[in-house]
Amino acid sequence: MIVADKKPIEEIIEEIKGRTKILILGCNECVTVCEAGGKKEVGVLASALRMYFLKDGLDVKIDEKTLERQCDHEYLEEIRDMVDAYDAVVSLACGVGVQFMAEKYHSIPVYPGVNTCFLGAAEDRGLWTERCQACGQCILARTGGICPVSRCAKRILNGPCGGSTGGKCEISNETDCAWQLIIDRLNALGRLEDYETLSPIKDWSTDRAGGPRKVVREDVQS
Amino acid sequence: MRLSYPSSIKIIRVPCTGKLDVIHVLRAFEKGADGVYAVGCMEGDCHFNAGNFRARKRIEQAGKILDTIGVGGDRVRMYNLSSSEGLRFVEYALEMYELINTLGPNPIKTAAKKAA
Repeated sequence: MIVADKKPIEEIIEEIKGRTKILILGCNECVTVCEAGGKKEVGVLASALRMYFLKDGLDVKIDEKTLERQCDHEYLEEIRDMVDAYDAVVSLACGVGVQFMAEKYHSIPVYPGVNTCFLGAAEDRGLWTERCQACGQCILARTGGICPVSRCAKRILNGPCGGSTGGKCEISNETDCAWQLIIDRLNALGRLEDYETLSPIKDWSTDRAGGPRKVVREDVQS
Repeated sequence: MRLSYPSSIKIIRVPCTGKLDVIHVLRAFEKGADGVYAVGCMEGDCHFNAGNFRARKRIEQAGKILDTIGVGGDRVRMYNLSSSEGLRFVEYALEMYELINTLGPNPIKTAAKKAA
């Protein structure tokens, strides 16, 4: 899932100062799971903002709404009839949702309420860690299901490098060396011969190096 | 044990303090409460293992938010006691009552009255 973190309330207040009718728009997908932008977080932010403005004697209307997703036309259409009643939207969706919202409703400013961080997994309660950088050319089949692109600081494809010590990366004692994990995993799978095979130079044109990307699927297009 | 505690304290019962969420605390302030305190079981005695620890964290989160928006994080507190400690319940109620008297009314309520 896409992992996001809450923006400080002070930052959001600074962005929306001067607005009088604000919609706090949550998303029921990834940001709900990582507890940054779901219905619950919408309620907390809206309540905090209402109190902040009330305390300063300002008459600011703050409403709440949470959509199933903000990265799909059909769900964003749900607010078409109500969105004109506001002069700003604070979207608690990931960067995709914020942009899609802004593209769809041109006349209303959209402010992000979260910082979108990475594609990751919920490793533990309150702990999300990066697992994928969406490089567009998945090599997990060769690396025992452990991604050196997202989990190795250098993104090297034939590792480990000289900075790997005791299974840890030189950037931090708390960061596992991805290549140590790969070797251990291949060993456990009895496939260490895969490690002996050198990976060719990766085609990074499918990564961000090739500019904004798109997936076109004519078979599912209407 | 006919003990009395300040009549301005309104008790909201929950099945476990683990049920308490940040939004419940914030809504209380939005509705004009001057302070909110949660009274949970003794730490380590939670029937659901971690309910009172969760409540403490949520009270802390609510406190941080209240500090940020200028209402005052001091207005929220978490207490722990066992069900047989009626006397301590009263002590905590009086302590919170004194604290709120020192801090004064909820600034939102004051601002709303001024605006009216």
